[in-house]
Amino acid sequence: MSALMNPPETEANTKPLARFSEIPRWARLVLYLALGVGVLSLTRILTGAGQLTAENTLRSALYLALPIALAGLGGLWSERAGVVNIGLEGMMVLGTWFGAYGGIAYGPWQGVILGVVGGAIGGLLHAIATVGFGVDHIISGVSINLLAVGLCEFLTSVSWDGASARESPTIPDTPANVDLLPFLKEPLRELGSQNRFFLSDFAKAILALTTNVSPLVIVALLLFPLTFFVLWKTPFGLRLRSVGEDPDAADSLGVHVYRLKFTAVMISGALSGLAGVVLVYLFSGKFQSQQTGGRGFIGLAAMIFGNWRPGGLLVGAGLFGFMDSMQSQITETSHALLVGAALTFVVTGLFCAYRKLWVSTAVFFVLAAGAAWWYQATDELPREIIPYFPHVTTLLVLVFASQRLRMPAADGKVWRRGGR
Amino acid sequence: MIRRITMALAAPVLAIAFAMAVSAIMLALTDYSATEVFRVIFDDGFSRTNLVTTVNRAAPYYISGVAVAIGFKMNLFNIGVEGQYKLAALFAAAAAAAVELPAPLHVLFTLLVAMLVGAAWASIPALLKAYRGVSEVISSIMLNATALGVGAFFIQRWLRAPATESPVLGTRTISPSGQLPSLNGLLGVIGIDVPDATRVQSYVVVAAIVGVAYYLLIWRSRYGFDLRATGSNAEAATASGVNSKRMIITAMLISGAVAGLIGMNNIMGPAARYTDVSVVTGLGFTGIAIALLGRNNPVGIAFAALLWAFMDAVQTPLSNANLPKQITSIMQGITVLSVVIAYEVVRRISARQELAGLRREVTAGGAAPPPADPPSPTGSGPEVAPA
Repeated sequence: MSALMNPPETEANTKPLARFSEIPRWARLVLYLALGVGVLSLTRILTGAGQLTAENTLRSALYLALPIALAGLGGLWSERAGVVNIGLEGMMVLGTWFGAYGGIAYGPWQGVILGVVGGAIGGLLHAIATVGFGVDHIISGVSINLLAVGLCEFLTSVSWDGASARESPTIPDTPANVDLLPFLKEPLRELGSQNRFFLSDFAKAILALTTNVSPLVIVALLLFPLTFFVLWKTPFGLRLRSVGEDPDAADSLGVHVYRLKFTAVMISGALSGLAGVVLVYLFSGKFQSQQTGGRGFIGLAAMIFGNWRPGGLLVGAGLFGFMDSMQSQITETSHALLVGAALTFVVTGLFCAYRKLWVSTAVFFVLAAGAAWWYQATDELPREIIPYFPHVTTLLVLVFASQRLRMPAADGKVWRRGGR
Repeated sequence: MIRRITMALAAPVLAIAFAMAVSAIMLALTDYSATEVFRVIFDDGFSRTNLVTTVNRAAPYYISGVAVAIGFKMNLFNIGVEGQYKLAALFAAAAAAAVELPAPLHVLFTLLVAMLVGAAWASIPALLKAYRGVSEVISSIMLNATALGVGAFFIQRWLRAPATESPVLGTRTISPSGQLPSLNGLLGVIGIDVPDATRVQSYVVVAAIVGVAYYLLIWRSRYGFDLRATGSNAEAATASGVNSKRMIITAMLISGAVAGLIGMNNIMGPAARYTDVSVVTGLGFTGIAIALLGRNNPVGIAFAALLWAFMDAVQTPLSNANLPKQITSIMQGITVLSVVIAYEVVRRISARQELAGLRREVTAGGAAPPPADPPSPTGSGPEVAPA
């Protein structure tokens, strides 16, 4: 079919890049993930740092990535409708407090729901300010961040007897962890312990995803395909995205721009609230002031890294989570990251060569050599800077790949019906 | 003119009133007496000790507000003030402890290092914005987080004082020549008696100098004119020969240099060294709120900084009286959120009135030539020559 539609001369001129982008998105995502596992596996074998892909490491990476990914998903919903949401952080804070309060006062799942509602209220505030009153999106977001912290500290100090303003009592009871594939657990453990290339690491990744996981993790992960389906495969999603691309055109076709923006920003808040709940339930078991630690902002970074798409966002959040989990590892393991970096540069260099971008190819091979040399010349990677590799990577992506990033066209623009 | 001032003041006053009303409702809902809380705020809040605390806290807030406002004047959102001042504080503290100079030089040297480091960190988003078109908001967010890592790296490995000197992780102590004196003595001379226990930090003088410099730079210099022109209409400014790349970079550098000064209050004062607790977190984001509240105006920012600092300071008497002190944080949050909404509403109303006035004048001018100097009904309507 496509051969019929494309004249032969275009076929001959087809750039490798064009052929690459013909691969469906999901297949590319799988390819990237497989490459990631492959690089990690090769690194493990080259350096002997077995902890690099151990089940615990991967699970802690998954848990650390989850709040970031959910906050990023919140950002995605809102920005797809054209509202920049820098208040994710504050909505996450609301989620932590309401989640903890609900968990203590009513029960585990009620806590989850209350946390989500808390975040959604934050989203509603943001929508009222930005969509209703036309306040600059970033200004409103910063204000909401300030307000949320103050509000939650106040609520903490008045809610629990003798509690300081800093933290709540521990939640008595969180949703029990489950095994998703109990029958596969033993065979996978067996495979994982054989230290084969790729297969063992893949098995351990599956184990980390399926055994002894909190149901909250499963719910949260399911939200990603759900988001993709709703935003890209339903009329509602098409309308919502059209509002983020060209609100005037959408309006002229009878789309309720204000209503959709409100909905999107509230969903965004709800997802950030869930991110806060995850933080409370999977880590500290209680509300602590400042426990979000800028993860809302990082979620925004992961979303940009992922080019405003759920799959890319997951990859970005995974990178942040993995690097975070490396910080608490022994030196040997984090040192091996340099080999991982070198291999990643090699793969990227090869990719650039395939696209005939010779300068970039050279740059990446030099970087790979540099990372390899660093590994040889030192015994450790400074622990303090490991978690910030993804930040620098995101910056580099912004600098060098910004042509390949495409944000919604009307993102961050205040829209008034009729242009007033 | 009076009308414009009323309009400008109406928004913040209404916002504060609204914040107080919401706080009163929250207090009532949580079974606290709102009257009691407001009594403490208005009685004990204005005690001399509390006012001194207010002024001390207002100084870094003011500088932070100015740093953000410089960006705003140019339509740049320097959300990276947070990272800039933290790194600047660390390196300036280390540099100050490493040298021995006569007192005024030592102080100047430290402040200069702080400004340079702040500007250097701000240069990254500035260059990315000017040459690669990367949004300064996003790159600054990355850099705020990265600044924490860079700071931790340097303090752990190179800049920390030996454990024999101090068990707490931090830089070495700055010698007295590099520390700022308290203003108590000076105030005593002019007849204001401050008890010795409460120290009036002289950093407020630095803040005042920053404020004056900000005014002179933005409203009284050629550069400031270009900056405001680019901020209000970049295309028009470019057309009139302003180099917009240069403006972006310089504005961001100046903003970063001012941001570098934010955290030096405690480091050159009571703490005399950099530790994890000697520099408060979040001053950069507070600075955004304060710049918004003060509408980027040097005097307005001062009022906003004092108001914010007052609400901080009043937490001590509140907690002494067993009342929930965090209510003032809520007031701060609601004030800033409602004030930005109020400013937006006011802006839109005056734009509409201006438009209406313009229309009226044009139609009147079309019908018959107006008298030489017609008393304009709106007062703020632009001059329109009759066709």
